Amino acid sequence: MTELSQSAAVAPWCDRCGEAAATGAHTACAAARALEPPRYCAHCRRRMKVQVLPVGWSALCVEHGATEG
Amino acid sequence: MPEILDRARTQVLENGVGLDEADILAVLNLPDEHLPAALQLAHEVRMRWCGPEVEVEGIVSLKTGGCPEDCHFCSQSGLFTSPVRSVWLDIPNLVEAARQTAKTGATEFCIVAAVRGPDARLMKQMREGVAAIKAEVDIQVAASLGMLNQEQVDELVEMGVHRYNHNLETCRSYFPNVVTTHSFEERWETLRMVRESGMEVCCGGILGLGETLEQRAEFAAQLAELDPHEVPLNFLNPRPGTPLGDRPVVEGKDALRAIAAFRLAMPRTILRYAGGRELTLGDLGTRDGLLGGINAVIVGNYLTTLGRPANADLELLDDLKMPVKALSATL
Repeated sequence: MTELSQSAAVAPWCDRCGEAAATGAHTACAAARALEPPRYCAHCRRRMKVQVLPVGWSALCVEHGATEG
Repeated sequence: MPEILDRARTQVLENGVGLDEADILAVLNLPDEHLPAALQLAHEVRMRWCGPEVEVEGIVSLKTGGCPEDCHFCSQSGLFTSPVRSVWLDIPNLVEAARQTAKTGATEFCIVAAVRGPDARLMKQMREGVAAIKAEVDIQVAASLGMLNQEQVDELVEMGVHRYNHNLETCRSYFPNVVTTHSFEERWETLRMVRESGMEVCCGGILGLGETLEQRAEFAAQLAELDPHEVPLNFLNPRPGTPLGDRPVVEGKDALRAIAAFRLAMPRTILRYAGGRELTLGDLGTRDGLLGGINAVIVGNYLTTLGRPANADLELLDDLKMPVKALSATL
């Protein structure tokens, strides 16, 4: 699990769908994230610039910086 | 044994002649109890006409998102409310991606861009990127940059791109339901120019777009008519925000029937597992497909989604005693 998705547990936004983390269980989002990088910053809900690489990915939020997985 | 499989044993396995559209449909309609026999025959065909080697490839997105086209399955279209943002990969990271791919034992590295066709900026990025990869990494370079004109085809040949991917995605009769911003014929024209240039043609598509089994058979027959060097077979991974985002994934047994049918339609082609197999087939189904006609895989991640770890696929190939095709065998 990445640093961002770990912190997403206490962050206000779901990093997959961009909706409020407290609204619903986001079970489908959590399952999907096994095969997807995050798309939204879990801290501010901004859409991130995401580059998927053959091994790993990187995501950049203009406010909260870069994370990798 | 169903009559269609008996006939395929003679026609495809012994004589190397692919099934026609009606017979492909018969395979796609086989009941579940005959699926193992269809897969076994497809595997024998693959072993007879292609051999035991598996071609391993990695892919990377050079330019992600912001595409002006409306391919209804694609999260990279700028016309949908997809969360995928536009991003470019720089040359050092492109070379690093090629290096990571080569480390897996892969012989192919495909550079992909989400565009209608390449503009001057993208062709410049390709020129520099391909040159840098060739200088530093021992791997074959392929490209997928949308529709090309003749000048661009010639330029890619000059760069040393040895294979060009341009998927038809689905059959001619269903294509307008999937893409409205360009036509099936426009894609075919690019494929024609690629073939005439001497580059290898890589052309496949996606199953599960809403096409009927008849249209799936039509698609396999149209691919067989094109006779591509490689056919990447994707299974729809429904992407949020796209028009097909709510479609169900393809059932595993239907996917396996399709693998067998496509192999029996094209006995000599490289039939590659591409996107969506993790969702549709899982680990067990992936194994079944490799024993049912598949002879190539994309390892690692895809363009906007993640795949199984490369090691998981390589260990599976080792278990199945299927050697990874060596670079020397591709030159």
